[in-house]
Amino acid sequence: MKKLLLSFFTIIAFAFYAINSKMIGGPAVTADNIVNDQASSSEPVLVPTVKKTQSSPIITQPAQPHGQYKDGSYVGDPADAFYGTVQVKAVVSGGQLADVQFLNYPQDRSRSVSISNRAMPQLTQEAISAQSAQVDTVSGATATSGAFVQSLASALAQAKN
Amino acid sequence: MKETRTDIMGMPITVEIAEPFATENDLRSVFDYLGAVDARFSPFKTDSEVSRINRGELKGTDYSPEMKTVLKLAEETKEDTNGYFDILRPDGKMNPSGLVKGWAIFEAAENLRVAGFQNFYINAGGDIEARGMNYSGQPWRLGIENPFKVEETVRVVHLTDRGIATSGTARRGDHIYDPHDPKQKLSEIVSISVVGPNVYEADRFATAVFAMGRAGIEFLEQEPGLEGYMIDKDGMATMTSGFNEYTHD
Repeated sequence: MKKLLLSFFTIIAFAFYAINSKMIGGPAVTADNIVNDQASSSEPVLVPTVKKTQSSPIITQPAQPHGQYKDGSYVGDPADAFYGTVQVKAVVSGGQLADVQFLNYPQDRSRSVSISNRAMPQLTQEAISAQSAQVDTVSGATATSGAFVQSLASALAQAKN
Repeated sequence: MKETRTDIMGMPITVEIAEPFATENDLRSVFDYLGAVDARFSPFKTDSEVSRINRGELKGTDYSPEMKTVLKLAEETKEDTNGYFDILRPDGKMNPSGLVKGWAIFEAAENLRVAGFQNFYINAGGDIEARGMNYSGQPWRLGIENPFKVEETVRVVHLTDRGIATSGTARRGDHIYDPHDPKQKLSEIVSISVVGPNVYEADRFATAVFAMGRAGIEFLEQEPGLEGYMIDKDGMATMTSGFNEYTHD
């Protein structure tokens, strides 16, 4: 969970960087000071509710000068994620990005109708682990992150001071 | 010869032809074809055939041959998946994207084959048609992405003349939510990768099987010609009994 949240936060961080790099004289927010900057965090931003006993990882705020963004809620442009539209709402509080909500997300591949109470057959199971082997190319779930960053960037553009 | 573009179908598309006589034109022909498919089938382009159909502007008899083909394939897939795959949305509009992608990659691959190429892959947003061998003369080495850390690979499959498609929530926003809202919960399965005789078969089943939750891997086990690797929210993977055919060198 922590890693997934970190991955997503890195995407948000990249959006910050993209916005910031356009501002003259504004400080650039790098991935380094976002992930590692525990000291200047205010409140935890994105905290998963995990059911297991592991403790909830705390994702800290990027180091932002106060007042980078105006407080409020900003709805980003809808962005095409091929299977559907992604549209996010960015909530700014204390001059910083406090929350990102999905107003719209592709539904077509995601209907989670689960058939429960069925005994699983004896199929091989394993805990996943990182492989270091070289690959020619990668198969992963459709990259809708581009649409996410696009929509978030447009929301944050409205929030700029 | 290899090229990646990110401006078609809203996803990264990579084509690699492992043959000395491949040219940029050969690569471009794949991108042009996929761009044309996108123009016809994207529900997010107002002048696409899909959008015009959804606005009621076209009679069935006026549908293009490609549209008729896709609609027929969609109907077959709906039957083959006991209704888990359905291009019709609750609002009555259709979105065939879940099938068009695999179909289009397969058609593009067939175009390359007809042009004389036997060794190549086309990877569109993680759905891959792999033909022949890579530059080392080995089956193409395709990594299955770690849904919790997308820059990592958790399994490698070695494919020749096969397709693989992965459905999942890995790159979605599902896991970003208000910690004070207890109604939010993680979906059971975060990703399922399907290997099939080609990417069309892999993709249409990956779409439906993901919607089945944990039972999806059982469905795959029963389907001849399909193998699967499913990852749940706790990072446990379950694979079909024939999956390891593809994991050896």
